[in-house]
Amino acid sequence: MVASTSKFKYIVCDPELCIGCQLCEYICSYTKTGEFNSYRSRIRTVRVDEVLITAVACRTCENAPCVIACTRDALSQDPESGIIRIDPQKCDGCAWCIEACDFGAISINHETKLAEFCNQCEDIEDGPQCVKICPKDALEYTTPDQRAQRTRRSLIKESLDFPSKAKDPR
Amino acid sequence: MYGYSGKILHIDLKERTHWAEEKPEEWYKLYIGGVAMATRLCWENIKVGCDPYDPGNPVCFANGIFAGTPVPVGGKYGLASKSPLTGFIGDSLSGSWLSIAMKRAQWDGVVIHNASDKWVHVFIDDDRVEFLPADHLLGLGTYETEETIREEFGDDQIRSATIGPAGEHIVRFGNVTNDGRQAGRTGHGAVWGSKKLKAVSFRGTSGVKVADPDTLLSMSFDITEAAQGKYTEKYRIYGTSTNMLNMNKLGLLPTRNYQEGVFEFAELVSGEYLDEHHKVKVIACAQCPIACEQMSMVKKGPFAGAMTGIEYECLQAVSSNCGINDMTAAIRLVDLADRAGMDAMSMGVTISYTMEGYERGVFKKEDFICEKAPEGLELNFGNGPAAVILAEMIRDREGIGDILAEGTKRAAQYFDQERKAETWKWAMNIKGLETPGYDARSLKTFAVGLAVGTRGGCHNRSAAYDPDIKGETNRFTVDKTRGEVASRSEEYAAVYDTLPMCKFIRRCFTGKADRAGAWPAIAKLINATTGWNFDYDDVDLIGVRAHTMKKAFNIREGWVEADDDLPYRWKHEPMTIGPSAGYVVTDEELKYLKKIYYEAKGWTPEGLIPKKVLADLGMDDVAEEIGV
Repeated sequence: MVASTSKFKYIVCDPELCIGCQLCEYICSYTKTGEFNSYRSRIRTVRVDEVLITAVACRTCENAPCVIACTRDALSQDPESGIIRIDPQKCDGCAWCIEACDFGAISINHETKLAEFCNQCEDIEDGPQCVKICPKDALEYTTPDQRAQRTRRSLIKESLDFPSKAKDPR
Repeated sequence: MYGYSGKILHIDLKERTHWAEEKPEEWYKLYIGGVAMATRLCWENIKVGCDPYDPGNPVCFANGIFAGTPVPVGGKYGLASKSPLTGFIGDSLSGSWLSIAMKRAQWDGVVIHNASDKWVHVFIDDDRVEFLPADHLLGLGTYETEETIREEFGDDQIRSATIGPAGEHIVRFGNVTNDGRQAGRTGHGAVWGSKKLKAVSFRGTSGVKVADPDTLLSMSFDITEAAQGKYTEKYRIYGTSTNMLNMNKLGLLPTRNYQEGVFEFAELVSGEYLDEHHKVKVIACAQCPIACEQMSMVKKGPFAGAMTGIEYECLQAVSSNCGINDMTAAIRLVDLADRAGMDAMSMGVTISYTMEGYERGVFKKEDFICEKAPEGLELNFGNGPAAVILAEMIRDREGIGDILAEGTKRAAQYFDQERKAETWKWAMNIKGLETPGYDARSLKTFAVGLAVGTRGGCHNRSAAYDPDIKGETNRFTVDKTRGEVASRSEEYAAVYDTLPMCKFIRRCFTGKADRAGAWPAIAKLINATTGWNFDYDDVDLIGVRAHTMKKAFNIREGWVEADDDLPYRWKHEPMTIGPSAGYVVTDEELKYLKKIYYEAKGWTPEGLIPKKVLADLGMDDVAEEIGV
């Protein structure tokens, strides 16, 4: 069963809008490592065929399966933000967390042998840098609730031919 | 060195060996990357005077200076060999993920020497090189080949350049594909096929370091944002196919093998029609914030399921140029070419050449007998389904397709002798490379740009249709400024082709696409990447040197002034309808245009390059060999 994503914020990609440019991977790897390298990005673009394109980052599941799966108690989840934190002293790169993740959102750094997670750029003032650079606004920093609400609203706006704002009678 | 690794990888397919060559920083400052570096590598490594299918003709990759960084549209590489179509430099560009994988594998360029006796897949895994058997990949289309390789290795960061069935069959205009993009023209696929080279893959795991990441990033943010606005609107919304109606209005849209410039059904094969009926999604090359690729699909009818990115040049070649008004057939033709790994432009013009021959009685229905059409084909202009079958015959070299797979120049030589005909008069090629989607009879500046073009009939290397169409020059007449305009125009294009960056970004630096608008920003990007100290003049010289290098290559391979010519039709047969009716480029005009063009370059009246010109560009070793 796919893990539930619920109250925490996460970075989500709209495959309708994603053009596969990979700029999110560049900015992420640079922010985290000082180098441009997709292998070190915590958000990954996926291009399955010519038009199936999207990007995936940690979805901050509640009761995160990666935390549960970790045999060395190296992972914990921040109760406020849902961000997965790693204790580098404990993690040995065994990759059980990767097997537990339903979204393929975790990777192992081949040099440090540590698991790497998206931390939503919590240490940077203007938030997730990938969302900031995305040229097509395909990435959104949101919660499932907000996303559902937005979908409902845009569905109504698109399907009903109402003026988008009530007119000021004057 | 920042931005570069300083190393070129050499691979020998016969000996199955590889070695690294170190290049000094000064060399990179001269040749940068893309077409200039690829041509330079070809110059250094080719067996001079060899046949394009000789093992002595190398395959030369040259990466982009900005590949693997967030600089918008910098994810491109150049590919060069001696072209089987022209016998001169065959320099192409392709975009997307491959260049980035190559950068992270830390190779600035790759030169593949010799030929293999068994089909081979060269896998460049960081600094390791493997020669893998490729028999199981034979017959697979380009996309399938790439996907199969990624599945085999289980790593979607592996990026491959491949040939399709057309390259395997050494179709002379076969091309090389990576990530759904093509190093499209001049026949690279045929060169690879002659070497039994099915695929070259890269996996690179190193990060890319630049000299001044903060400047590079903040500029990249700004350019990315500008690229979402009006400067790229044309490319983002309809893609380049919007040119169908524009060119039609100007009477410049190749129609029925360039007989006319107005197509009465242009609406049905327009970018707007494509957008409304067939567009599935817009996608981008890696590192590109514009996204011009209009992925288009045929949803019903005999060609249902065909899907590919549609661009103006390919679209006009297979639609109006073949008299075809059925968009589904046009999409299928481009889709077929892309999957087969052949140049849809050369393919389209070869089909239109054949259609004209059919209408003029040189070819008969039974000439086109094949497995799919046991009675042959009625190959009139406009017959989409017949064109699709003919394209398959070319791809597979089946029946008459075996001759047509040689391209219009060689096919005309063959049929004119065999059938006592004059098909060469409508074989639309320059130096052997089929002509692009702008009729040059009433684009006089572009006409000379095409005639002198180092790779033949190509709209990418000479951008001189731009001043003609914009009205900066009078496109119907000739005057003494045109040599300079054509010369500066190709040098301008050569800057983008050498970095390489996609030209669609050209207005996004400052809003102005001219040198003053773009060069300072490009200099700043180069400096932030490499730590060099380039200025406006240095950027401008990149283009001059790139073009000079290509010309020097051609001279050494036996170029003579008479090679700078236009197709017979453009010199002798005016169109009869539309705003461009009545015009040709006369021999006198062409002679004059070439003269003032050579003068503008500072070359001799015979078009040769004086030693001093080369020395001033820092190309002394080239001057030694071909300077006069």
